Amino acid sequence: MKEIRIKLPLSSEQIKSLKVNDKVLLSGTVYTARDEAHKRMITMLNKGEALPFDLSETAIFYCGPSPAAPDKICGAIGPTTSSRMDPYTPEMLKAGLRVMIGKGDRSVETQKDIKTAGALYLIAIGGISAVLSQSIVSCETFLWEHLGAEAVYKMELKDFPCYVGIV
Amino acid sequence: MMRKIPSEIIQQALYKAISEISYHCDPKVTSALEQALNRETSELARDALNSILANHRISPETNIPLCQDTGSTVVFAELGAELQIVGQTLPELINSAVRQAQKDCPLRASTVAEPLFERNNMGDNTPAIIHVEFVEGDQVRLQIAQKGGGAENMSFMKMLSPSVGVEGIIDFVSEGVLAAGSRPCPPLILGIGIGSNFEGAPLLAKKALFESLGRPHPDARYRQMETEITQRINALGCGVQGFGGDCTVLATHILQAPCHIASLPVAVNIECHAHRHLEVII
Repeated sequence: MKEIRIKLPLSSEQIKSLKVNDKVLLSGTVYTARDEAHKRMITMLNKGEALPFDLSETAIFYCGPSPAAPDKICGAIGPTTSSRMDPYTPEMLKAGLRVMIGKGDRSVETQKDIKTAGALYLIAIGGISAVLSQSIVSCETFLWEHLGAEAVYKMELKDFPCYVGIV
Repeated sequence: MMRKIPSEIIQQALYKAISEISYHCDPKVTSALEQALNRETSELARDALNSILANHRISPETNIPLCQDTGSTVVFAELGAELQIVGQTLPELINSAVRQAQKDCPLRASTVAEPLFERNNMGDNTPAIIHVEFVEGDQVRLQIAQKGGGAENMSFMKMLSPSVGVEGIIDFVSEGVLAAGSRPCPPLILGIGIGSNFEGAPLLAKKALFESLGRPHPDARYRQMETEITQRINALGCGVQGFGGDCTVLATHILQAPCHIASLPVAVNIECHAHRHLEVII
């Protein structure tokens, strides 16, 4: 099927040009965050602290990678269920987040919030970690290393395959 | 005559099994997905199916696990009455194998020690979920699964009224699976437990997932139900990863058991397409 190459950061026009179900190959820097990392980021934002990266320039990837073997760039990489992050999404959007990557449906409210914010929700396929790992150029722990899979990882993607879920 | 076996032998067999299934999907799932691809007409679903099949090839080649959720270890052990394990106890040796596989593969540490307050990660995937049954003979049969959290989260059970009958069960299962949508990572395998009691039905449902994929139920009435459930859900259009099309469920397996005259417990354990399980007999 037709593939559209896009690179972070994305402009509002680039986001608007995409349609639901488009297949995109995403490149650029993303940060992973699951439930615990979201809780911590929201706590920081509520205290008025700035996050150590610009949410509007990057994407949040709902992902908890498996550890990398000694000879590998990364372990198994793949999306976790996005709807668990729905309760945190309004505040993340308010703080500038524009691109999210995960799997599965979002709540009706979250769908609305994403559209109103002019943001983009990309769906990656679950359970194809070996395939997705081929699109990872680098992967390093960025925040809260002791959380293991729940830590924030900084990843460089090259032609990471996903599909437009909400725009 | 009692047969004695050192615990290390069972532990090593388990360790090998966990390592193996983390990179090798059930080959019957691969064939079922290939058949689904031949039938599938939705372009998106075909693209997703091709990626899943590519993953089955690339994972063992690259030694990168099939899924980043490398799962929780579930073991059903049938322990022969004439077998004596020397050394570690069965739970100890199982947890040693889990710990070693987590470290060596390496697999993702996905178990928290306490579910609500600290939620601190155990770091080694222990404890495994273990079910032991005592049987005749001098062998031990271990059915091992690495079960992901996404599909497990969408599983459900209910104490139904016996009056709902076959149609009531089919409705209950179909509605629940449809409500789960794309979250459990379809295409799915459904394990359904009917009967027993409040804790028994989910155990039957879990056990049903270990049945050989698509095996026909020995009882024609349950076989008919399995087919109807699969067809009903596939006609509802969720499809591969929620992308539409008619491949939401690859197979439905029912296990049934006696139950109380007042009860009809029904449990549905959902399994994602990364169906990682193996049987070891020693």
